[in-house]
Amino acid sequence: MSHKEEYIMDNAEVELARLRSAPVTPKVRMQIPPQDMPAQDPSERRHNMDEVALGYTPAQAMLEAERCLQCKNAPCIAGCPVRIDIPGFIGKVKGGDFLGAGKIIKKTNLLPSICGRVCPQETQCQAPCTVGKALHSVGKAVQIGRLERFVADYERTHGAVEVPNVASPTGRKVAIVGAGPAGLTCAADVRREGHDVTIFEAFHKSGGVMVYGIPEFRLPKVLVQSEAEVLESMGVDFELNFLVGRTRPLLSLLREDGYDAVFIGTGAGLPKFMDIPGENLVGVFSANEYLTRANLLKAYMKGKAGTPIYPSHRVAVLGGGNVAMDSARMALRLGAEEVRVLYRRTREEMPARAEEVEHAIEEGIIFDFLKSPTRVLGDDKGRVAALEVLSYELGEPDDSGRRRPVPIRGSEEIMPFDTVIVAIGNESNPLISQTTPQLQVDRHGHIIVDERQKTSVERVYAGGDIVLGSATVILAMGEGRQAAQAINEILQ
Amino acid sequence: MHGTHKIVSKSQLSEEVFRIEVQAPLVAQERKAGQFVIVMYDEDFSERIPLTIADADPVRGTVTLIFQTVGASTHKLALKNPGDSIVLLGPLGNPTHIERFGWAVCVGGGIGLAPLHPIAKALKEAGNRVTVISGARTKDLLIMQDELAAIADEHIVVTDDGSFGRKALVTEPLGELCRRAPSPDIVVTIGPPIMMKFCAETTRPYGIKTLASLNTIMLDGTGMCGGCRVSIGGTTKFVCVDGPEFDAHLVDWDGMLMRLGTYKEIEKEAHDRCHLEMRIEELEAQGDGARAPEKEPAK
Ligand SMILES: Cc1cc2nc3c(=O)[nH]c(=O)nc-3n(C[C@H](O)[C@H](O)[C@H](O)COP(=O)(O)OP(=O)(O)OC[C@H]3O[C@@H](n4cnc5c(N)ncnc54)[C@H](O)[C@@H]3O)c2cc1C
Ligand code: SF4
Ligand code: FES
Repeated sequence: MSHKEEYIMDNAEVELARLRSAPVTPKVRMQIPPQDMPAQDPSERRHNMDEVALGYTPAQAMLEAERCLQCKNAPCIAGCPVRIDIPGFIGKVKGGDFLGAGKIIKKTNLLPSICGRVCPQETQCQAPCTVGKALHSVGKAVQIGRLERFVADYERTHGAVEVPNVASPTGRKVAIVGAGPAGLTCAADVRREGHDVTIFEAFHKSGGVMVYGIPEFRLPKVLVQSEAEVLESMGVDFELNFLVGRTRPLLSLLREDGYDAVFIGTGAGLPKFMDIPGENLVGVFSANEYLTRANLLKAYMKGKAGTPIYPSHRVAVLGGGNVAMDSARMALRLGAEEVRVLYRRTREEMPARAEEVEHAIEEGIIFDFLKSPTRVLGDDKGRVAALEVLSYELGEPDDSGRRRPVPIRGSEEIMPFDTVIVAIGNESNPLISQTTPQLQVDRHGHIIVDERQKTSVERVYAGGDIVLGSATVILAMGEGRQAAQAINEILQ
Repeated sequence: MHGTHKIVSKSQLSEEVFRIEVQAPLVAQERKAGQFVIVMYDEDFSERIPLTIADADPVRGTVTLIFQTVGASTHKLALKNPGDSIVLLGPLGNPTHIERFGWAVCVGGGIGLAPLHPIAKALKEAGNRVTVISGARTKDLLIMQDELAAIADEHIVVTDDGSFGRKALVTEPLGELCRRAPSPDIVVTIGPPIMMKFCAETTRPYGIKTLASLNTIMLDGTGMCGGCRVSIGGTTKFVCVDGPEFDAHLVDWDGMLMRLGTYKEIEKEAHDRCHLEMRIEELEAQGDGARAPEKEPAK
């Protein structure tokens, strides 16, 4: 830990004591600066896989909680996809009742230690926060996500994680397909009602994108594992290495295996490519492949892991979302000397979490905005040697209100690279719909559901990325929860 | 959490080729000719290894896998014994399209003879006349010969070195069959990519429909990672969900061969290290004071 980090932490204690020596008026609250997140030093962390953000100290959390105005209308709650009682839990943090705060969060959010780390708070709960609005900067809003993370970590490190109550057995059986956030949430909520629940997961570990996509340095895998363990202690059964649609047809689960309902949470599928010449050259990877090798299959543990990772020196990452940030930062940690992110628009339009972009910049990732490749060039062995890149400028706003990037004619340039990681999104996973023709999907292959997450097939529900396209952990959880309610009703 | 599968029997077919039978009742029941599985020798550090299913016994609830120890991962798999558990996911990929074509020629090379067997058998059962061409580098690597001979109406065996059967590459007899009148109605080929490529080139001038079962790099096998992509007739396809069988005349063989070589250097290093470690283990097991060579520091 650096001096800066120590200063931030010690300072919080002094500040907190000073603040509380006199009555705290709203005006005083507004003057407290948002608490910085202690983090590993960028020059160190770019060489390790350990978590970057270190989390608030109790004093920092209490000081940050003092910034909340406890608004009556609580606009932050409306910004939260699962409607956490935000002023409620922050009030508890302020009083030092961290476990009490945890109970309030857990009423609506099953996975706070994860959401506190990966939710895009600046576009959700923190966007409408009164403090941020008054100070004319979302960045100055109450740091709700950091507080959520603090509370969840406190609960876990103090051995206070409670296993939710499970009602007496109903004799009904529910199958959950996919152990990502959608499936895990649905499983917990259905299990609480006393139904038997089995989760079928294709991979050898549960967690979905949280284990294969999002890197260790952003979301430690022990957290995901301990959430799955809570489900196990609730009596949820996990069938790993089980590909529904292939190991067993979806409808056989209902018709022959005695399941009364099925929830499909199979997540996003086949990665999109740019559709430019040279994309099948050696050294071009989808972000999914690159990250799965590095995370799930631990390719970063060279010598120990059986799965190889491509030795890269100059890496181009294409895209501007979280997936692009994760790929770029992973490539750096795996030893690349130079990593550049090529994005067709500008920083303002980047969909990645603000914190990840900041962290990436601190670590030395170079951003080339308003650039997009037109060709991948190879050497005589079919390996990536360079990208031909076209520059853009911003034109008129498009349907999404973002200014459309327009190519600048004749601006092509050649940039040398040995690795290209494509992180421009996913199509939907084709497997379940291919093997279950009765299931209606839209033209992108996303499963069509009604407002209660029910599909075109009776007793079959779906949610998360397989319905929404590439979305977020919290939206996937929200859909899992919604589906669970509907399932619980039909099983009453 | 469940999901691992027990090895119930194991045998060694040649110096480099192993056969394991794994308890996996649902896979045994669902699998059809042409499908494959992904296995891992452990849940923590193993690579995900795609292997085509050689046989299955739905009654015993087992699947049979035959593999050659070509790299560090398959070496480690070969160290597993009956009673040990491994990860196994499947059956993956689309089954071979089987119908009554008339005269079917099945060409298998080396380890590819194992997955060729269920396909040849299914073609035979569908009422085809089946010619099998078995090829291998040398006699030792010719596997599944009794089984293949039992179903084939005609069985041609070749080895590169002439140690058994005809001294030839599989493309030689394949070319001869193509020139017969009438010529084969369909050719199915499984084996090393380079062999499949040349089979495709052999049948192309005669316009004989030729299917090849591709063995690309794979991770998930479920249509998520895109690592298995190949160019088929100019469009990108994913072998695990769109294949594994494709029209051999449309496959971009050179592109696929290049992609297969992505990790060649790293794998060679791992393989060498693995050999060294196994040698050390052997020496240590001998316990006769034989001094193990210094371990190469992990890079
Ligand atoms: C690199 C990366 C970074 C991200 N960063 C963030 C972030 O910071 N914040 C955020 O909110 N979101 C982020 N996301 C998006 C978020 O992870 C997803 O929206 C979310 O995980 C979707 O959840 P899900 O439950 O629908 O599916 P998934 O998490 O994709 O889980 C689906 C699971 O189903 C399994 N499965 C698939 N098919 C079958 C089958 N037929 N049978 C059995 N099992 C099957 C899969 O193996 C997988 O485990 C990121 C995504 C990626 C790829
Ligand atoms: S909007 Fe901001 S200040 Fe108001 S209750 Fe929510 S977090 Fe507190
Ligand atoms: S192996 Fe990952 S998509 Fe085919």
